[in-house]
Amino acid sequence: MGGYILKRLLSAIPVLLGITVIVFLIMAMIPGDPATAILGSFATPENVERLNRFLGLDEPLWRQYFIWLGNMLQGDFGRSFALNRPVLDEILDRFSATLILAGTAFILCAVLGIVAGVVSASRQYGLADKAITFVVILGISVPSFFLGMMMILLFAVQLRWLPVSGMFSIWGGGNLPDLIRHLTMPAIALAVVATGVVARLSRGAMLEVLRQDFIRTARAKGVPERRVIWGHALRAAMVGIIPVLGIQAGFVLSGAVYIEIVFQWPGVGRMLVDAILRRDILLVQGGVVFIAACYVGFNIVVDVAQAMLDPRIKT
Amino acid sequence: MAFSSLTRRSFGVLTAALLASSALISPANAQTPPGILVVGQIAEPQALDPHAVTAVNDFRILMNIYDGLVRYAPGTLEVEPALAEAWEISEDGLIYTFSLRDGVTFHDGSAFDAAAVVWNFDRMLNEDHPYHDTGPFPLSFFFSAIETVEALDDLTVQFTLNEPFAPFLSNLAYPTGLIVSPAAVMDHGSDFGRNPSGTGPFQFAEWRSNERVVVTRNDDYWDGVAGTEAVIFRPITDANTRVAEMLAGGIDVMVEVPPVAVSQFDRAGFALHEQDGPHVWFLILNAKEGPFADKRVRQAANYAIDKRALVEDVLEGTASIASGPIAPAFAWAYAGLDPYPHDPDRARELLAEAGAEGAQITFFVTEGGSGMLDPIPMGTAIQADLAAVGFDVRIETFEWNTFLGRVNPGLEGQADMAQMAWMTNDPDTLPFLTLRTDAWPEAGGFNSGYYSNPEVDALLEAARVETDPDERARLYREMQVIVQKDAPWVFGANWRQNAVTRDAVENFRLEPSFFLLLRDVVKN
Repeated sequence: MGGYILKRLLSAIPVLLGITVIVFLIMAMIPGDPATAILGSFATPENVERLNRFLGLDEPLWRQYFIWLGNMLQGDFGRSFALNRPVLDEILDRFSATLILAGTAFILCAVLGIVAGVVSASRQYGLADKAITFVVILGISVPSFFLGMMMILLFAVQLRWLPVSGMFSIWGGGNLPDLIRHLTMPAIALAVVATGVVARLSRGAMLEVLRQDFIRTARAKGVPERRVIWGHALRAAMVGIIPVLGIQAGFVLSGAVYIEIVFQWPGVGRMLVDAILRRDILLVQGGVVFIAACYVGFNIVVDVAQAMLDPRIKT
Repeated sequence: MAFSSLTRRSFGVLTAALLASSALISPANAQTPPGILVVGQIAEPQALDPHAVTAVNDFRILMNIYDGLVRYAPGTLEVEPALAEAWEISEDGLIYTFSLRDGVTFHDGSAFDAAAVVWNFDRMLNEDHPYHDTGPFPLSFFFSAIETVEALDDLTVQFTLNEPFAPFLSNLAYPTGLIVSPAAVMDHGSDFGRNPSGTGPFQFAEWRSNERVVVTRNDDYWDGVAGTEAVIFRPITDANTRVAEMLAGGIDVMVEVPPVAVSQFDRAGFALHEQDGPHVWFLILNAKEGPFADKRVRQAANYAIDKRALVEDVLEGTASIASGPIAPAFAWAYAGLDPYPHDPDRARELLAEAGAEGAQITFFVTEGGSGMLDPIPMGTAIQADLAAVGFDVRIETFEWNTFLGRVNPGLEGQADMAQMAWMTNDPDTLPFLTLRTDAWPEAGGFNSGYYSNPEVDALLEAARVETDPDERARLYREMQVIVQKDAPWVFGANWRQNAVTRDAVENFRLEPSFFLLLRDVVKN
């Protein structure tokens, strides 16, 4: 197993290097530059040149790339032009907020999705299956930002049960119940679509397993049905479900961008959108590399988990 | 059946979870306590170093933490004393001598004096200054006319200019002219923007990234103590979310209410504030080539576009009709011209005279950007109005930074018409940088439509060096009459800034400078 993990880790290096090149080239090629974005109406060629010199953007591209990469390998992601603070501080601040949001949404979608899928599969074409399928299709079909806005209107503006936006109360608060109150709506809005997808695919995976011989054997031996489903069948089906969860984790992370905008969640998705619009090159590059590294890391964890469940995969 | 017991049980678990979470829900969600004002901003500030930032959004916070040597008198764009009690200008307009207010201290306890003023301008302008690297200072060219700054004694500062420059005083009143604490910059270096210290009515307390900036009352303020204990600035980028926060009571003041949401606040419990600002929204016309090289065609475009429909229907009353290149907010320099009326017949006549019926027009539109109002709906409305009199208009749309990259180098070979907007603090800035022959793009200016009229050039050059305000105003008025007739632009709209406050908020007013001054605001 140790060798397998090492192999997977080593294979991540070229992926990450490739990402640094791509994101660097994209930021270099898109029209508009940070100096123009900062200066706005006052972006005379003279002012732009003065600012670019200050920001070190008058260096040749290849040099800029290697300076950036070299610094990053030493843990220095540079300074954000627009926010005037170290890129890494900003990313870490924001990433913890995104992790709380996306992590909660991920747990919601994994638990609810698998439970719904299993219940659905175990009563195929029954009333519960039909009801769950209906809700799931509805959930998949509603755009999450729309759902988010509708939730704000109902629960925050009309009923005033929950706060509209933000992560903590603006005055006082700051404790766990305060966080949960702010987290409820965005986490649900973010989880809905992924839950639907996980439920659909869990149902399929379960149906396949339930038709297999070992299930019939277990039933024939008189194993209680509950254990057949949640013990034997689900464990076997997890091999098919876990990769889906891995994909959904990425989906939840990227979907967080919209949700963070709607709910003003101080996360990394919002940060990236702002940074792109401001042409805050180092923040965009650092943020993308950081997120990509997390995504690659998560995929390694998923692969390893899968290999542990199903020894056939480890080759 | 095992299943039914299972589903019953999971239902029970779910209900318990819901009940537990509803215990966390307090029904009355009163979020903003009395004495503490919560302001809904449109974005996270970039930094709280006044010399390093360029956005109005940041200025709204800065103007409450810092003072400048001078400031705009309430409700006007005319300069009055602030940290300087008085000043003298030499005959030739080159030497400005300021007498500073005695006994003022920065929030960090250090003294405000002539040396501090000198240090501020040195940091910005002198590349060899030890703290110049705490920049960049993108708007430092506002003060590029400064040759030297000297402290004559503890409370006297003298600026020597390299040429007479009439907008100098109003540039000092701009946020780029606010005075920061040298001690605090030396202390925090590049992180000063996150640890600001000034002399203003509020002092910085806390900045939580993308959540809030908190400032608290400065009890030693030289110009009267503020009416609230603290102000919290919350960045809420999404306009719909900002409206929802206002409706739900999560913020007390909301700036930049989107046009479509204004009517939501037309009810008890809210007050809507409006103020015309020093802003002009216009269409640059390419006077060098194509149909708009003919003055009659440019005038025809001005007659053809129904500006009343733009400001009242598209912008829902959040702007007024522009008559020329200077906004009415500059009351002292504004000529009070009548805008071009909406007269499609006159437009058709002019087009026929010029033989330009069916002229093909390429029109650059942006998706959004600083001061651009609602550019896409405005662009399509304009396209329809121009089509109605016989223009054939093709729109090309760009993201803001891309748009600036296309328009600023000049429209030649690319387009006949482009949207643009400017917000300035002095009547000089916009015409000087966009209408003079010497401001054509290749000369480093923003005259992207290549307008050129020697009379206008002469008036603008003269106004810039004129230190007598009345004579200066006369020159600007004369310039406006000529420019309106020449129609280098379609004069579009002047932005009417708005804000909504809750009933508990008193003494709130918007300023024509678009700054947000909160010293006098009281919250019950």
